[in-house]
Parts: sequence; C-alpha cells; structure tokens
Amino acid sequence: MEAFVKHTGLVVPLNRTNVDTDQIVPKQFLKSVKRTGFGKHLFHNWRYNEDGSPNESFILNDPKYKDATILIAGENFGSGSSREHAPWALLDYGFKAIISPKFADIFYNNSLKNGLVLVEIDEAQVDKWMKEAEEGELRLTVDLETMTVSDDKGVSVSFEIPEYNRQNIMNGWDEIDLTLQLEDKIREYEQTRLY
Amino acid sequence: MGKPKNIIEKIWEQKVVHREAGKPDLLYIDLHLIHEVTSPQAFEGLRIKGRKVRRPDLTFATMDHNVPTIDREKVNDPIAKEQMDTLKKNCEEFGITLFDMFHPNQGIVHVIGPQLGLTQPGKTIVCGDSHTSTHGAFGALAFGIGTSEVEHVFATQTIWQHKPKTLNVHIEGELGAGVTAKDLILAIIAEFGTDMGTGYVIEYTGDVIRNMTMEDRMTICNMSIEAGARAGLVSPDETTVEFLRGRPYAPKGEEFEKKAKEWLALASDEGATYDKVITFDASKVEPQVTWGTNPSQGAPISGRTPIIAESDDPEGVRLALEYMGLEENQPITSIEIDHVFIGSCTNSRLQDLIRAAEIVKGKKVKEGVRAIVVPGSTLVKMEAEKLGIDKIFKEAGFEWRHAGCSMCLGMNEDIVPPGGRCASTSNRNFEGRQGKDARTHLVSPEMAAAAAIEGRFVDVRNYEKTPILT
Repeated sequence: MEAFVKHTGLVVPLNRTNVDTDQIVPKQFLKSVKRTGFGKHLFHNWRYNEDGSPNESFILNDPKYKDATILIAGENFGSGSSREHAPWALLDYGFKAIISPKFADIFYNNSLKNGLVLVEIDEAQVDKWMKEAEEGELRLTVDLETMTVSDDKGVSVSFEIPEYNRQNIMNGWDEIDLTLQLEDKIREYEQTRLY
Repeated sequence: MGKPKNIIEKIWEQKVVHREAGKPDLLYIDLHLIHEVTSPQAFEGLRIKGRKVRRPDLTFATMDHNVPTIDREKVNDPIAKEQMDTLKKNCEEFGITLFDMFHPNQGIVHVIGPQLGLTQPGKTIVCGDSHTSTHGAFGALAFGIGTSEVEHVFATQTIWQHKPKTLNVHIEGELGAGVTAKDLILAIIAEFGTDMGTGYVIEYTGDVIRNMTMEDRMTICNMSIEAGARAGLVSPDETTVEFLRGRPYAPKGEEFEKKAKEWLALASDEGATYDKVITFDASKVEPQVTWGTNPSQGAPISGRTPIIAESDDPEGVRLALEYMGLEENQPITSIEIDHVFIGSCTNSRLQDLIRAAEIVKGKKVKEGVRAIVVPGSTLVKMEAEKLGIDKIFKEAGFEWRHAGCSMCLGMNEDIVPPGGRCASTSNRNFEGRQGKDARTHLVSPEMAAAAAIEGRFVDVRNYEKTPILT
C-alpha cells in the first residue's frame, strides 16, 4: 500500500448516517477478480441516473467538490458487508481519508489495511465541518504523525488510530511480510497445539 | 480457582500465537472458509509474491454468492462464471478442498460449515463474509474479514486482532407462541440500534437462548453483524454437542467424547464479567417486520411505521420511508408485498423450511405474488425433498430452487425488480440490496410464508398451521 503521513485536501460532505457498503459499492460490481477500477462504481445508485448519466443532485457530482480527497459523513459509516471493494472504490476514486463520528468494525479494519485513513472524531465537530463544507470550501489536513485533523482556521482535533496500523500505513509496510518474520512462532504454536 | 472468565476470553487466550506491546495479538485461525466473491484478489496477491497457502487442510471453499438457482448448467453472467472458474482454478493450484456447484456438500458457506461439523466450539473461524458470525452459535469465535485479511490467513494461518471488548446480551423471559429467534434478534436491533455492538463481541445468554435449537441460535448469531458486532456467540452445551455428533468432519468415537468435554468447559464461568451488559425482555416481542432501510428500522406486526416528527432521526426516517414507498404512521398489516424470498444464511436451514411449509401447506400463494424458496445447502434441499416439503411449496405456487445466497443480495439473476416489495427472511434491508430500487422487509420464515399467501403482512401467531412431521 501507498504510505500516508500527512495529507491536505478538499472535503466533500455526505450528510447521511448509516452509509452501508451496499451503497458504497453495489453488489453488481463485486464480480471483478481484480482490486482496481472500482472508483467509477463508487456510490453508483446515488451517483448515476437510470440511463447512466450523472445524478446532478448527488453531492459527488457537484463540480465544486470535483477535486475532493476527504469525505466527511454521518455515523456508522461502512456498515454491512465485509466487501473490501468498499475501501478499494473509495481509494480508487481518489479519497485519502474519511471522517465520521463512528465507523463499522470490518470496514474500519479493511480500510486501514489498504491505507485509507479513517478519522473518528466527536459528532459535534463532524457536524460543524460538515456545515462548513456544505456552505463554503473546506480544506482539512489529516496528520498521522501527530494524529490530528485540522482546518486552516486553527481548529485542530486529535483522533486515535491503533499504533500498529498507524506504523504500517506511515511506512507503507506489507503486513504479510511482517507476520512471516514470526514464522517460528507460528510453527511452534502449531506443534504444541497438535495441529 | 482464578477469576471467572467468559467464553470469549477463554478462546482468545488459547489462540494467541504472539503478543507484544503496542501491537494487536497474533491469533491462530482454525478454520478458513472461502467463496468465489472475496477470494480471487487474495489468491492473486499470493501469486504475485510467490507465496503458498500455509494450511490448505484448514481451508474449505464453496460457491454460493452468485451460483444460479434455477439451472446449474446455465450461468448466464460471464463475469459470475469467471469468478466461479477462477475459484476452481485457485483451489486446484493451492490444494484446497472445494465444494463446487455440483457437489452434494455445496451450499451457503455459513450453512455448510455447521452441517459438515467443520464448525466446532472453541475454534477461530474466519471467512471473507460478514455473516461468518453465524458460526458463533457453536461457541466458536467467528468473524468476517476483508480480502487483505483473507490473503493474510492464506499465507500465515493467523490474523492480527485487537482484543475485542465483550458485550453480554442477556435475554430474560420467554418468547410467546409463534414468536421466533428471528423476531427476537430483529427486536433487539430495533431497540438498541445497528451500532450497539460496534467494537464488541457479543455473548448471548439466558434461558431463551439455552432452550433454542442450534438453528435458532445460528439465526441470532448471524445477525450480530447487523447489530454492529463482528462476532456473536453462545456458550456450548449439550444441544451443541448433540448437533455435532456424527457430522462428517466432527471427531469420532472416544475422541468425540473427549472433545465434547473440552467444548463444554469453554462455556462462560459462573460470575464471568463483561465490558458491557444489555438485558432484554423476550416476553414483549411480537413477530417483527422491518419498514426501513437498515435492520434497526423495524416494528412489531401490531405496530405502525414511525411518525417522522416524533422520531429520533427525522431525516433518516423520512429518507427510508421515501425509498420504501411507505407513509408515516402506516399500519404494518396494511403493507402489501409482491415478492417473497425464503432463504439466506439467516433462515434457510431445514427447520426454517419446515416451519414455513407448515404455514403454506394446503394454501395458495396470492395472485400477483412471486414467491421463491432457496434452501441453504444442497443437503438441506435433499433432506427437505425427502420430507416432501418441496411439493408443499410447489403445490402452493412457490418456486423451489437450488441452494445459494440468491435473492438475499441478488448477485445472481434472483433479483427483485425496481419498485418491487419483498418479504424476505434474509438479514439486510439496505437500499438496492435485493435489486436496484427494490424494497425489502425482513421477517421470519413463518411471517414470509404467511405474507406469500395473503399478499400482505399478517400476524402469524393467529395463522393456521398444518404440522408436516408426523
């Protein structure tokens, strides 16, 4: 995965709660045997009309947010299925970070494994930034080194991310390589547990 | 005697391969189940790096998500066919046992694991599918993983996991006659929300759970993920042991008795504590019907859709009712349906089909309703046919299909058309889940069966049933 230390980008507000993975990538696009190319299917049912033309009323189609790299959304983002196609689609579209008061567990894990940084912060602050992003142009900086997200008006909020994932993402490490360094331990476990 | 432990803590401690400060624990995985949709990229990852599957003997594959259920020979979707062909090739290349579409052990991955006795108490079980929580019914620690983790398990047979917080959902009271496990779990999610379990593993306790069959427990644990929890489990007891006795992959003879003792010892100790405890009264639960677009948006059959202005989340409720084509404050019994789906890893086992057939026997599906039954596995289908259940459904006007995930998520051709309204025994009522602009109402098999006959939701507690097992 691509290393991520610090990123500043335009924020697009998706003012909905419980955005589930069926919305992020509908099932008809899960049939690929590859990891790439899912960006064009992101939020398909909301983003496109029946005839395939862009649904102008969907926020991602607003030209104002064309270059957005950070998504801010309501709570319980990423609920539902375990499809990793959801973070793949968000990354492929160009998102580097998602901000929400709460993420669903499997989605959280899947995202961090792919270097999509999830920023879980207080709901009141999400609401404030959501409004600013809706009304004007909001740029935020997500910094994994300091574990903060900040705007250019001096508001800075801390967030937590498991240290293990933070190190992996900041260094762009391959997790399997790291685990295979512990192969002796795995073998020993298998031998003592009679597998 | 040490401090009393709950089953989650007990299993966890047995599975830690490596622990160091500042990292999650490295856990050993005892059973890895795979299917055609979330595995291809993981195999590809192995190939790119020249890695092998460490324990093909602990890995089992089946085809379920996009198999055709009408004619197995006709896979009309070339991309679905490619996924199935890819799985077959990958299993051959990496030496993994595959139960393909034509194999008698084929079925929904969460139905066949228990049926084959692969699922056992105390095992760590993973699968690239969020409903892996189903296997928790056996007192296994079972959870869904993403494709990167599937690849990691292939290569190392382990997974990095932060020790989860534990949540005890304790059920008091008894379920009323005609009220099922499905109604219970839907009622719990309606009360506590779709994120009540986020960050937790749930243990379900209480006499109601103890008295349930394994099939009922699977329905409950299956929907743990709809409550936000990656895993939900029930401590093993004699019901668990007897279910597993004689299953093809269960231990045999003396070894079984020895294992059974170990399994029973995994049950949570008297006085075990949890990070959080929720108590729920089963006696107030009625048959449930969801009216919205997430599983917590449900109501009892005697209830109505919410009044927007009076709800906690007016915008969410408004959007959901709009999508569902329902009015606020509308009686649930006034909702008319045109599709019925009996199936999915939540409710497609023999017991589910028997209970639905008892409602259907001797009646006819309402004109204008398309009703399908999709058994959870090829074996469930064969057993049901032995009991003549297929005939009961077919005579009533239901379609009787081959096993698979089918209309639960509509990855194959079994979809609900735009604007269609389905009474479904599955687990998710998300927008577009069963087809673009399709509307899903989650219910029990009994409620779905009665809805097929009446063309609308009715209270199954007052509905005629004809016993079919004599």
